[in-house]
Amino acid sequence: MAEEPLIHARGLVKRFGEVRGRAKRGREVFTAVDGIDVDVQRGESFGFLGPNGAGKSSTMRMIGCVSPPSAGTLRILGLDPIHDGPRIRARLGVCPQQDSLDLDLSVTENLLVYAGYFGIPRAMARPRAAELLEFVQLTDRANDRVEPLSGGMKRRLTIARALVNEPDLVLLDEPTTGLDPQARHLVWERLFRLKQRGVTLVLTTHYMDEAEQLCDRLVVMDKGRIVAEGSPRSLIEAHSTREVLELRFGGEALEPLAGKLAGIGERVEVLPDRILVYADDGDAATAAVHQRGLAPSSVLVRRSSLEDVFLKLTGRTLVEEKG
Amino acid sequence: MTTATVPATAEGSPALAGPVRPSPLPVFRHLFTAYVRTWRGSVFSSFVLPVMFLVGMGLSVGSYVDKAGSLGYPYLDYIAPGLLASTVFQVAFNESTYPVAAGFLWLRTFHAMRASPLRPADILGGEILYIWLRAGASGAGFLVVMTLFGTVHSPMALATIPVSLLLAVASATPVLAYSATIKHDAMFAILFRFLVIPATLFAAVFFPVEQLPAAARWLAYLSPLWHGVELTRAATLGTPTALGWMWHVVFLAAWAVVGSLIARRQFNRRLTD
Repeated sequence: MAEEPLIHARGLVKRFGEVRGRAKRGREVFTAVDGIDVDVQRGESFGFLGPNGAGKSSTMRMIGCVSPPSAGTLRILGLDPIHDGPRIRARLGVCPQQDSLDLDLSVTENLLVYAGYFGIPRAMARPRAAELLEFVQLTDRANDRVEPLSGGMKRRLTIARALVNEPDLVLLDEPTTGLDPQARHLVWERLFRLKQRGVTLVLTTHYMDEAEQLCDRLVVMDKGRIVAEGSPRSLIEAHSTREVLELRFGGEALEPLAGKLAGIGERVEVLPDRILVYADDGDAATAAVHQRGLAPSSVLVRRSSLEDVFLKLTGRTLVEEKG
Repeated sequence: MTTATVPATAEGSPALAGPVRPSPLPVFRHLFTAYVRTWRGSVFSSFVLPVMFLVGMGLSVGSYVDKAGSLGYPYLDYIAPGLLASTVFQVAFNESTYPVAAGFLWLRTFHAMRASPLRPADILGGEILYIWLRAGASGAGFLVVMTLFGTVHSPMALATIPVSLLLAVASATPVLAYSATIKHDAMFAILFRFLVIPATLFAAVFFPVEQLPAAARWLAYLSPLWHGVELTRAATLGTPTALGWMWHVVFLAAWAVVGSLIARRQFNRRLTD
């Protein structure tokens, strides 16, 4: 049972703007990842949740063996990413944040040339490509050029491409960023299916619903550090109340109102456009708000989410407030 | 709703491929696959245009030059090998600029290759193989046209093919190194205007470098194109080269080796962070 984890990181650090441990002239050293510990076991679906700039993508690039760690220990598939980069990458499937398809080639050609990078002979790659296109529901576009495809189709093709070598570990960097809701759900559904089949997925996201749907276990990252770790459910239980009351007050200033809410629920958070009251019983808290003579323009009781966990841990929201 | 077969397994399937042997060949194969789709567009710039130059300059200007008779052979025969070399030079330049910047910046296909077992040196190697194919095919096509025009005077003309490959790698690798460093493509147009066009005009394609002032002559000597032109012309006319063919080959090889080393370093830097 003591199988080595697929990813093993201890005190992992990534700094930019330095050469061999010393700052480059005229550049400030920026620490993107600041000493994180991570273990991912085979068959797990693991997530890095955090806002833009938290260090998620830098971590993913180190795991993908295209970015050497600045300090700490990193083992991927039991191997050293510095010395065994090609051997490790042969067993990874990478779906990068920015599309990197060859727009001039057809859908199938993209898979075939990519299979070639892994030394997979064409005779094996062809049935594999057909099977993967079936899986990502692009069979009817197999011979079309990639360029005119929608963003969601391109992303699905990129996911198919990441599976072409039957990887031990699939890395997905922000797999649904930039997609419209319908396309996003289609991608989620495909990834969920992979997860059900026991494929080891590691993904980064700044969407809490994505993390909740896809991750068995996740770490919350902020400013290059891990601030919490656990299953989505255990994180919510540990760091938030069962329910949340969202109060809006039209154009009124919220700070003074927050004072009047003190004592209701466990905690009150003031956001630019609304006040959140954390309480295990949302309806009781709503009644208490009205008892104090406050008249919010809208009241919403919902269950706590990872967004609330993040807000509690960092004092900030995951996704920029839309106002 | 159909159920697609399992795309990957929890156990980690036995690798589809054999042992990991990263090589430039899959990169070449990718580029060639794309070329098969778009080759028609390249025929004009790398074949029709040079032939038009040959006819236009060689026959029209040639009729005046030949009256003076100072070259010792028809002007058409003089510029044909020069145009062959300059075509190879321009194909190498073109293939090392925008398409390479696309791989790093716009299509990001090099980053996709980098996520596989391929190393940056394999990506560079695949590019060079592809440039060889493009430059070699352009040179060979032009040689056929030259033969039809009766401008080939020596069986040594076949040596223009290896010379073209050497000229292509000598001219392409420094440009590949540069293309791996840029954030946007504005400089390509400037390079074309201030390096490629002057080289084409003054590196003995259309007239001997002896016609140039001494200072400008040295610039021509530094350019890989002049050495390529000298070798190509010697091969098709069966005449001696300016310095002795060995020195021209050594000079081009030096450009190729230094260019490749710098390009490999820049590809590594660009694809590792």
